Amino acid sequence: MRLEVLNRGYGPGTKMLFAVIRLVSRHPVPDAAKLVFYRPDFYGARAKEFTHEAMRGPSAWSVGDRELMAAYVSQANGCAFCVGAHTATARQAYQDGPKVTAVLADLESAPVGDGLRATLRMLGKLTGEGKVGAEDMRQVLAAGVSRQQVKDALAVCAAFNTTDRLADAFGFEVLSPEGFEAGAKYLLKRGYR
Amino acid sequence: MHHAVLAEDKKRAAYRALQDRVVDGEGRASPEQRARAFSNVGLSGPLDSLLGKVATRPARVTDADFAAARAAGFSEDELFELVICAAVGQSARLYDAGLAALADAVAGEEDG
Repeated sequence: MRLEVLNRGYGPGTKMLFAVIRLVSRHPVPDAAKLVFYRPDFYGARAKEFTHEAMRGPSAWSVGDRELMAAYVSQANGCAFCVGAHTATARQAYQDGPKVTAVLADLESAPVGDGLRATLRMLGKLTGEGKVGAEDMRQVLAAGVSRQQVKDALAVCAAFNTTDRLADAFGFEVLSPEGFEAGAKYLLKRGYR
Repeated sequence: MHHAVLAEDKKRAAYRALQDRVVDGEGRASPEQRARAFSNVGLSGPLDSLLGKVATRPARVTDADFAAARAAGFSEDELFELVICAAVGQSARLYDAGLAALADAVAGEEDG
């Protein structure tokens, strides 16, 4: 990563934990995980709490739907690390790789419900253009999405607009496909806390 | 009913806790610097270049942006904090823009 403190600035306990993670997963510790262990009182602790609430907390959206939103927002930001991580997680959550690939290739023709499609469209616009209007939201609501589901989707959007920016600014190293699969398995088992 | 739409849910409250911490809590960069990074307003020189990219085109950040900010006297821990503030600030604005659009869309309707 571009800051040496994020590569090396960890205490003995955290270094030990990273060694255990490397041993058990047989993959390097992802930079996304390292970031939340650096001075966790500044960012990591509250970021994990929020991201877990957005991605695994109560919602009418499934875990797979929210991971797909994370991948879609990350694609709009051009963030290779997060697209890789959350594409793998959405595929595993849905047990459906082709659906995830289809959404990222062409949302309008992808085999997903109208509500999810309209929601992804709105998140893509908000992320890409920096704004959305009442009419965009009326279209999402007209597709059968509840107000709370819109709010829940906006929380996912905020979580990944934050993480995408940090991944690209700090320079997270893109993992191997096997590394992303291992990370996805962990995120589905344990979440983000 | 408008009240129910505008009220912060648990998720928005958790994001606000993150915002408040990174801007106003203890840190190596001053709270004023962190507030400017968060709002992406009033920055100058290499810091403006780096943090402006973090906010609006993060995929374009380069090693040279960090090198220039270091050369201007910012420490690694200050840059860690300021980059986070810029990322959280832009995301908070997107979050609030979405919530405001939702509130506009349902203004005058029954709760549902």
